[in-house]
Amino acid sequence: MSVFAIVTSAAAAAAEEAQGEAASAGLPQLDPTWWPSQLFWLAITFSALYWLMSSRFLPAIGGAIEERRDRIADDLDKAGDFERAAEEAETTYNQALADAKAKAQGIAADTRAEMDAEIARLQAETDEKLDEQIASAEARINEMKTDAAAKVSEAAAETARAVVETLIDEAPTAEAVERAVESAARG
Amino acid sequence: MADDVSVTGTNMFNHRVDGPMEQFEILPIFDLHLGAIDVSFTNSALWMLIGTGAIIVFFFFATRRAALIPGRVQSMAEVFYQFVADLVRDTIGPEGRKFFPYVFTLFIWILIMNLFGLLPSLPVIIPHELHTFTPTSHLIVTLALAMVTITIVIVYGFYKNGLGFFKLFAPSGVPLWLMPILVPVEVISFLSRPLSLAIRLFANMFAGHVILKLFAGFVVSLLSAGGAVMLFGIAPFLGAIAVTALEFLVAALQAYVFAVLTCIYLNDAVHAADH
Repeated sequence: MSVFAIVTSAAAAAAEEAQGEAASAGLPQLDPTWWPSQLFWLAITFSALYWLMSSRFLPAIGGAIEERRDRIADDLDKAGDFERAAEEAETTYNQALADAKAKAQGIAADTRAEMDAEIARLQAETDEKLDEQIASAEARINEMKTDAAAKVSEAAAETARAVVETLIDEAPTAEAVERAVESAARG
Repeated sequence: MADDVSVTGTNMFNHRVDGPMEQFEILPIFDLHLGAIDVSFTNSALWMLIGTGAIIVFFFFATRRAALIPGRVQSMAEVFYQFVADLVRDTIGPEGRKFFPYVFTLFIWILIMNLFGLLPSLPVIIPHELHTFTPTSHLIVTLALAMVTITIVIVYGFYKNGLGFFKLFAPSGVPLWLMPILVPVEVISFLSRPLSLAIRLFANMFAGHVILKLFAGFVVSLLSAGGAVMLFGIAPFLGAIAVTALEFLVAALQAYVFAVLTCIYLNDAVHAADH
């Protein structure tokens, strides 16, 4: 007997046994003896499970999911609020910064203008003082000049008078000497 | 047959190999009578209790501290919750809220019954009546669930729409001459809903478990044949693994399909008059 034959005979025997069982006992599913019992225990287990599910388990799970959803929504809202607050703070900060900058620039400009004015004032003062000094110095020089010139012409007149006295032994009048000195100085 | 010293019937542990139908047999664990009605506690009832108990324990721990930051168990429960809540909202709309606990219970109950039915049993140590059992592989159970859904649809449909619920069978905008054909079709399709709902789930569970058992049976038969033939047991073994993986998918998918169809039918009840 070949191996194949043994295999097929074994398989056939198994199948035959299966058929024999099914034929002898019929399908257990179609035996009405145990239908009431099955229905009874199905009703008990299924309705007990339904009652527990609808009254306890499902509300608990649904509640937990709902609570989580609410909490997440809440947290997102809160985060949004914080973001808005942060944005507000930033704008305020930027505003303050811009204000401070403007103020600083104003102060700088004011200070510069003040200093410019001060410098101009000091310069003007100094210029005036210098001008004054220059003027007084010039006046003094002029005075000294005329003084010197007068002294020269006086000395010249005295000398001329002394020379004339010695030469002609006659004292000339002051007017004549003066005229003569002047004409000589001009000439 | 199983007691024969044949190729099949015994494995290397000298244990009787069950046929593919034995797994669906209802075996009483203790007797219980309600008047004349036999409502004995059976292996089916045991696995309904185990599954329901597991769901209750899971949700008890998931909701013990409904925390803002969920733990692992609570996260899983919330995933289920959101999944079914989205399904109900998308299919029925905001009015579906009142049906949410029902659809949720239906979905989770069927899912766990389907999945727990895939748990392995130890054949020798554990007595047969305590073996893994899939309550949803019995037509009477799935039919009962389908009838609950359809009853809710009919009762709520008339409560909400009054006689306008009959508009479900006569969609507006259809020419009058078509009505004699269309109305019977609609009525038949409505009446077949509970059957299709029940049979879809039952047949999927039933067929899946039969195929699993057949593959497993082949493995045992071939192994007990001894010799080189044992090597041929690898093919059905791999097949059994593949079908097991597929059955996990089917278990979840059928629970989902049942819930989706329930939502679609409930939507008809809620919006029948708008048709």
